[in-house]
Amino acid sequence: MADENRIQRPLSPFMIGPYYRPQLTSMSSILTRITGNALIVATFAMVWWLLALAAGPEAFATAEWWITSWVGNLVMLLSLWGMWYHYLAGLRHLAFDAGKALDIPTAEKLGWACIYGSVVLTVLTVLLFWI
Amino acid sequence: MRYLTDRKRAVGKGSAHSGAEHHWYMIVSSVALAFMVPTFLYIFGNALGSGYDAALATFQRPFPAILTGLVLVVGLQHFHKGARVMIEDYTQGSTRKLLIMLVIGLSYALTAAGLFALAKIAL
Repeated sequence: MADENRIQRPLSPFMIGPYYRPQLTSMSSILTRITGNALIVATFAMVWWLLALAAGPEAFATAEWWITSWVGNLVMLLSLWGMWYHYLAGLRHLAFDAGKALDIPTAEKLGWACIYGSVVLTVLTVLLFWI
Repeated sequence: MRYLTDRKRAVGKGSAHSGAEHHWYMIVSSVALAFMVPTFLYIFGNALGSGYDAALATFQRPFPAILTGLVLVVGLQHFHKGARVMIEDYTQGSTRKLLIMLVIGLSYALTAAGLFALAKIAL
């Protein structure tokens, strides 16, 4: 069994909370996780749409109505931004994995590049498909 | 100088003994998705809202069907391995195990459902 008289070892505090000031590096990192996991919502919608397409015109009309309703459009728009953010942050992660761009000024520049870049790419995608 | 790669030095270290393989899978799948997702987005974005017949015609063609299948398989493997790291960071014990099972099951269920739909559309 676990020893009750365990040594109280210091714990590393979580990056979000009272111990650390919010920083671009930590915030852009947690946002990668949030956007990546949130994309499961768009995946559900996409698989539902495909199943409806396979099932026939009536099921397809229902799915399409929901996905292109204002709620569906909002979810799709947010997912689109999340996808582009996760995409750019993922590319940045590949650079970090290769041991590149790890100094703070470069990492912060790339953080802003992910944020602004994802907004620009989202606007371009919307212009391409919705207009 | 030791003639070992960085990966070889990392394999088997850590409590799970499989972290290096997990990390390498995430790198491989992210590069694959980086190539596939923009093309998939273009196809899916055009098909969405184009009407039943046009959407059906799109996914009956080999390239859109194969690409969508690949994005689903690779994307959901990438998802469940990434979600697993998140679960392991924030939860412990039985909650952690149940959530990991849930996320793996969900990923395979969505993959199977998507592939079934693609097969039914294409054939």
